[in-house]
Amino acid sequence: MTAPAVTEGVAKPTFSGAPWRERAEEALIPPLVALLVALICGDLLILSYGQSPAAVYRLLLEGTWGNAYGFGQVLYKATTLAFTGLAVSFGLRAGLFNIGAESQLAAGGFAAALTGLALPVGTPLILALPLCMIAAGMAGGVVGSVPAYLKTRFGAHEVIVTIMLNFIVLALLNWFIAGHLHVPETLHTPEIHAGVVPRLSDISARFHGSAANLALVVAVVVAGAVWFYLFRARGGYDLRAVGLQPAAAEYGGISVGRVWLRALTLSGMIAGMGGINYVLGYKHYYEDGFASGAGFMGIAVALVGRNHPIGVLLAAFFFATLSQGGLAIHAFVPKQMMDVLQGVVILAVAVSVPEVRRILRGARRKSDV
Amino acid sequence: MIRISIPFLFAATGGVVAERAGIVSLTLEGFMLSGAFAAVLGTNYSGSPWVGVLTGMLGGLIFALIHAVATIRYRADQVVVGVAINLMAIGVTRFFLKLFFDSSSNSPRVAGFGGNIKAAGFDNPLLWLGLLVAPVIAFVIYRTPFGLRVRAAGEHPDAAESVGVSVKRVRYAAVAISGILAGLGGVYLALDQHQFTDQMTAGRGFIAISAVIFGRWDPIRAAAACLLFAAAETLQIQLQGSHAIASQFIEMIPYALTIVALAGVVGRAVPPAALGKAEA
Amino acid sequence: MTGRPAPTGTAAPRATSGVPAIRMVGIEKSFGAIMANLGASLEVMPGEIHALVGENGAGKSTLMRILGGLMKPDAGRVEVNGRDVTGWSTNDAIAAGIGIVHQHFMLVPTLSVAENLVLGCEPKTRGVVLDYNRAAEDVRKLSADTGLVIAPERLISDLSVGEAQRVEILKVLFRGAKILVLDEPTAVLSPPEVRELWTVLRRLRDNGDTIVLITHRLDEVVELSDTITVMRAGQTVARIKTSETTPAEIARLMVGREVSLSAGKRVQPIARPTDVRADQGLEVRDLCITGSHGVRVIDGISFSAKPGEILGIAGVEGNGQTELVEALAGLRTVSSGHILIDGAEITRKSVAVRHDAGLSHIPEDRQRRGLIMEYSVADNLILGLQKDFAKRGVIESDRVMENAVEEISAFDIRPANPVLAVRALSGGNQQKVVVAREIGREFSVLLASQPTRGVDVGAIEFIHKQLLEARAKGKAILLVSAELNEVLALSDRIAVMYRGKFAVVMPAAEASEEVLGEYMIGTKKGNAA
Repeated sequence: MTAPAVTEGVAKPTFSGAPWRERAEEALIPPLVALLVALICGDLLILSYGQSPAAVYRLLLEGTWGNAYGFGQVLYKATTLAFTGLAVSFGLRAGLFNIGAESQLAAGGFAAALTGLALPVGTPLILALPLCMIAAGMAGGVVGSVPAYLKTRFGAHEVIVTIMLNFIVLALLNWFIAGHLHVPETLHTPEIHAGVVPRLSDISARFHGSAANLALVVAVVVAGAVWFYLFRARGGYDLRAVGLQPAAAEYGGISVGRVWLRALTLSGMIAGMGGINYVLGYKHYYEDGFASGAGFMGIAVALVGRNHPIGVLLAAFFFATLSQGGLAIHAFVPKQMMDVLQGVVILAVAVSVPEVRRILRGARRKSDV
Repeated sequence: MIRISIPFLFAATGGVVAERAGIVSLTLEGFMLSGAFAAVLGTNYSGSPWVGVLTGMLGGLIFALIHAVATIRYRADQVVVGVAINLMAIGVTRFFLKLFFDSSSNSPRVAGFGGNIKAAGFDNPLLWLGLLVAPVIAFVIYRTPFGLRVRAAGEHPDAAESVGVSVKRVRYAAVAISGILAGLGGVYLALDQHQFTDQMTAGRGFIAISAVIFGRWDPIRAAAACLLFAAAETLQIQLQGSHAIASQFIEMIPYALTIVALAGVVGRAVPPAALGKAEA
Repeated sequence: MTGRPAPTGTAAPRATSGVPAIRMVGIEKSFGAIMANLGASLEVMPGEIHALVGENGAGKSTLMRILGGLMKPDAGRVEVNGRDVTGWSTNDAIAAGIGIVHQHFMLVPTLSVAENLVLGCEPKTRGVVLDYNRAAEDVRKLSADTGLVIAPERLISDLSVGEAQRVEILKVLFRGAKILVLDEPTAVLSPPEVRELWTVLRRLRDNGDTIVLITHRLDEVVELSDTITVMRAGQTVARIKTSETTPAEIARLMVGREVSLSAGKRVQPIARPTDVRADQGLEVRDLCITGSHGVRVIDGISFSAKPGEILGIAGVEGNGQTELVEALAGLRTVSSGHILIDGAEITRKSVAVRHDAGLSHIPEDRQRRGLIMEYSVADNLILGLQKDFAKRGVIESDRVMENAVEEISAFDIRPANPVLAVRALSGGNQQKVVVAREIGREFSVLLASQPTRGVDVGAIEFIHKQLLEARAKGKAILLVSAELNEVLALSDRIAVMYRGKFAVVMPAAEASEEVLGEYMIGTKKGNAA
């Protein structure tokens, strides 16, 4: 049974006093529901291994937030997820699904590596890092602009194009590395010296051994920039309008095609910049396959973070905790449990978003009048 | 080359059914993987590959039902659910791989069908099934009432509802079929290699989707696309030693072709009108 | 007379005289904030053509959807042939002989006529295979019986509108419908097709079928129906025998206030400003627009709207008005011709350029085009005006708020909360947001398309006042409306749109409902280019 386009009747106005509360409810409840579902599933999986959930969760927290190394690892993983999550959420705000974050991330890392290798060894960080970041962003942006162009010009759906492009770009990068640029016996470039990002452990010895680095700061800054653009800039007004109601945006003089192009290109740029986390901050070289899985996890992060920069940062932190936590509890429960939980969380959020909205709007209607 | 094409054929045909009914099928990868694992599980514990076929179909079906409930009953976004299913399939198979076989990467060897190398696989009943599945499904879609309802549900669900067809039920059935068929693709893959390895589908599900699109949502055309893509993969394997063209470029062929199909350079590929819409 | 025996199931008992074929009492139905039906009722005797009339938004379609089982009422009772069937499903309704011919066709475009016809009750050979031959046979037989001829193999996407409608009617007859409901069937037909349909309906009635005709065309009501039920604002306000009433009476019941069908409320002619340049205002020359199927939706239209005048465009919906307005607004491409605002050519320019050239547009579909439902009132009030409220790429939120507060008070928008999401407002207030924005900006030409559709009476008066004020300030206004009385009341000149052209353009003083009506249904052809 379908509801018809509502063109009839006299409208009964409904409203509650605080519009923020409405939006906050619709935004926050689904992730919380997902969290609950994850906890329950986690309990079941742990029990199936004959372990006590309480003990395992305590171990997980100790291994992730309880010590500086673990916390550092969480921060490191969260940084990459933050970049891809911000990229995906940015695209979603314009109504576009960027599934290509993985290849954009890899392309960005590659470009950063090349730049770092090309720069003379003694280049000061102030100069080298921005240059590498720009290169990374541009590479990601180029990859992101392809689906945008194909969509505006041909109407090709970006979901499939980005998935296909993922494979193509990754194969291309593999060819570059395997064919030309790799250090023998490996699949990575030679070590980079210019533009290297300092690790947290360089600042505070407590983080010794963890991969966390100042790319983390860049991620937070980018999140702030995304927030500002979306909610304060005119470009963001246009972008969100296109994402919500393209027909109305067109009516309002906004060029939908141009917004799409901008959205996916910027989305690619953000993902591309994430490449510096691994390439410049951790390993100091580009390695084939470093981006593996980050694109799909970025989708999860964007979803759980409800496409809001703050939410994305929190969600990235959450998923990174799960990932690192899996390692911490590996002696008791296989880390594969975390893979299952991550999928469950995404599913739970995906289902609860429309469901929660339906329930809340129904309840509000009954209480008004 | 035929052997390589079989998983594609199963999965792509299943994808055609589901997408024609209006449900996005990015999940073929996950269905295949779970089918593969379930098949190995069944064969291992029963000793018979036929049991494995059944359990494999069941494995694909279970994930398909999750997909169906989430997208049809709860109207969750189909692409997102698709991503979730694929991730869950990886996670669940890994988890049970560890649980049952205590390994992070592969299961013990299990019996398969045939195995006589000289026969090039033609003594494998699944191979024959795979070759037949596309024409059978084509018949179903174009010449049976169910197929008519599937096509209506994917193009104009309101019209179908207005004559009393339950679009929800049709879609559930279509997704279930896609799960079973894609699962069979995984079964073939696993039994052919006589074991399950972590993430063994390696993107085959996405190639299947490419075949669906390139084949313009027609089972026979999609099957032809599968053969084409399988030929490409065969070529890639054979070229691995020589340096005529780098193998990575051959690898790219299915994906590049799909983009070309979508962009309409060689005739537009127009999806079913109601594909991916949350209504009804 | 039907092509096949009625399907098994609860078959409709032969209606005994005195028992109504349809009886609906106290029906209530809401969709979220919208109350579509509020105590609506309907009683239809068997073997009659019963007209269900009312303005757009009166609740007619919803009532019929409830009858047809597409939705369940929140309250009330539905009886068919004496049997209580409240809340039944579409399958039950079909089995009982109810057939609804929808306004927006429920046909699958990529399938053939035969396939659409048998969908849901497919003939089979050996239980599994669809018998296409039998289906085609059934279609041909039904065609022969009813005189509605159409070839079974043709694809729906290849059919003309009139042909597609024939298929819709065949579809319900195929399933054994004895009670047919047609929702605005002639809205999209050409005059010869209209006559044909009327003949078909009369023949069906004479054969014993019962027909409910939803329409807002008075001529149809008068010509065809035996009984009339009038709905207004979700309620039923009258039930009368056609032979005992007049068109004026029907119109009055529909609208709820005195509507003069001849010279009624008129605008006072105003003194045109004498320093007006010849090229000011809106000018359209030889405009042609081609729609899908290569059909000329707009077929060589030329006209102008001068500063200080309201040019009203009347006409049955579907004659090209929507496309014309979209083309003028920049939302649809033009095949040939010219559009000028104050002498500047904007024919192929973007919406943004048109805004700069002085164009404002109140769209006919506010919820899809005119407003972004999730955005706040304040944000919606600057849609299309972003660059005026942004400095160096950043939106100046304090100025946006100021603007919102001003306009909310000037236009009495309720609730008076600028940060509220606009979806929380009633239809009338939402329209006021659109009007406030479009009239509040700098413009010289205003396109007002169905400006008071789905709007409560108080807001209607307010919006009319705004339009007249803009006219007094020297703006050129193009008013497109399906509500004839609105066009008559506000316009200086009136054009009637018929099949993509102007059938006539006349000064308002010479126009009346009768005169315009004849041009609207094409019986009279006029002088307009």
